[in-house]
Amino acid sequence: MKGQGRSKATGPVQEETKMYAFDFERPDTIDDALKALGAEDAQPLSGGQTLIPTLKSRLAMPSKLVSLTAIPELKGICTSDDGALCVGAATTHAEVAAGAGAYPALAALAGNIGDPAVRNRGTIGGSLANNDPSACYPAAALASGATIVTNSRQIAADDFFDGMFTTVLDEGEIIVEVRFPVPQKASYQKFEQPASRFALVGVFVAKYPDGVRVAVTGAAEDGVFRWTQAETALSSDFSAGAVSGLDVPDNAMIGDLHGSPEYRAHLVKVMTGRAVKAAG
Amino acid sequence: MSDITINVNGKPVSGPVEGRTLLVDFLRGAGLTGTHVGCDTSQCGACVVHVDGKAVKACSIFAVEAEGAEVATIEGQANPDGSLNVIQQAFQDHHGLQCGFCTPGMVMSAAALLKENPRPSEHEIREYLEGNICRCTGYHNIVKAIMAASGQDVSAIAAE
Repeated sequence: MKGQGRSKATGPVQEETKMYAFDFERPDTIDDALKALGAEDAQPLSGGQTLIPTLKSRLAMPSKLVSLTAIPELKGICTSDDGALCVGAATTHAEVAAGAGAYPALAALAGNIGDPAVRNRGTIGGSLANNDPSACYPAAALASGATIVTNSRQIAADDFFDGMFTTVLDEGEIIVEVRFPVPQKASYQKFEQPASRFALVGVFVAKYPDGVRVAVTGAAEDGVFRWTQAETALSSDFSAGAVSGLDVPDNAMIGDLHGSPEYRAHLVKVMTGRAVKAAG
Repeated sequence: MSDITINVNGKPVSGPVEGRTLLVDFLRGAGLTGTHVGCDTSQCGACVVHVDGKAVKACSIFAVEAEGAEVATIEGQANPDGSLNVIQQAFQDHHGLQCGFCTPGMVMSAAALLKENPRPSEHEIREYLEGNICRCTGYHNIVKAIMAASGQDVSAIAAE
C-alpha cells in the first residue's frame, strides 16, 4: 500500500496490519452462513468483542470470517408458549439488558457485562460459544437450565459447556437461540476483578418450583460449574444462612495474581449468599 | 480488497477495505483522525464512535460490518455553525480535558449516555464511562462537565 499515492480521502490506513488476512462474508440467512462456514478454517464472528482482540494478537488464523450479526433470524427476544424467554444468538448484551424484562436477573446480568460500548456489540451466542471461564452468560445459562438451540439440535446447558473455552458445538455448528425457563426468583452476583472487570467469581442462583440451581463462573479451572451442595441446601431452605454452614466446593479453583484458589473458593460461598439475599 | 461506503456524519465516505480493516482505520484513513487509537485492545475507549446511534469501539468492529450504516464521529459533533456543541462546550468550561487524547471518546460516550439518560446522576456517569480511560486521570472534571452538559447544577461539586 505504501507509495502508491493513495487518496487521503478514501484510503484506509494499512501501515501496521496486525491481523492475518482473511476473507469476510456477511450473510443474511442462517443457510448462507452455514454454507460459508463450510470452507476450511472458516470461523463465525458474532459481536467480535473477544474474537477481534484475539485476531489482533495473532492467536487465531481463520481463512474466512462469517459474520452472524446481519441475520435477522438470529436477533430478538420473545416468550415461547411454555413461558421460556427465548433470546436470539446475535442479540446484544444491551438488547438483553433492555428487553429481557420477563427475566430481570438475566437483564441485570447482561447490563453489567463489560462496558456500554462492548454491550452494544457483544452477543449472547458469542459469549456462550466462547465459554470464557470468567464470562457471565455461561452462569446464567447453566443456573437456568437453559436450552441452547443450534442450527441442527437442542443442547441442554448441563451438556453444553465442556471445560475452559470449550463447548460441545461441532465445527460449522452455530447457536441460533437460547431458551431460558423463567425462575420464581433469581440473582446474579459478580465479584469483579478490578482491572478487567471480568468475574473473579460470579454466582447465579435461580429458584424454580422443582428446586434451586446454582452456577458459578470465574472460579474453577474447568470453567462454569453447578454447586450441587448449595442447590440441595437452598432447595430445602432458600436463605443465605443455608449456605453459610457448607464446605466450599471442591472443584479445582483458578489461582492467579488476583486471587488464590482458596480465596476464590471462599468467594463462591460469599457470593452465593449474596445472590440468595438479593433474590429475596 | 473491496470498495465500501459508510455514511459518516451524514456524508458518504467510500474506500477500499480488506476484511481485516478496522472501522477506526477506515475513518482515520479517510482523514477523520479525531477518532483516536489509544490501546487498540478495546479497553480504553478513545476510539468510541456511534454506529446507527450506538456507542461502539471503532477498534473492535470491522469496517465492512459498518457498510451502509450511519456512523457519527467527533468531527460531526459541533453545531452547524462550527461552534462547540453543549457537551464539548461543557468540557471546555469545566476543564474536562488535560492532554485531550481520550476526549473524542469521552465526548462520544457522553453523547450516547445523554441520549439514553438526559439527567444522569454522578454515579450513573461514572458507571457509563467504565470503558473510557483517561491516562491523565482527569475523571472528576469529565464527570462534572457531563453533569453540566445535562443542565444540572455542578456548583456544589468540588474541582479536584
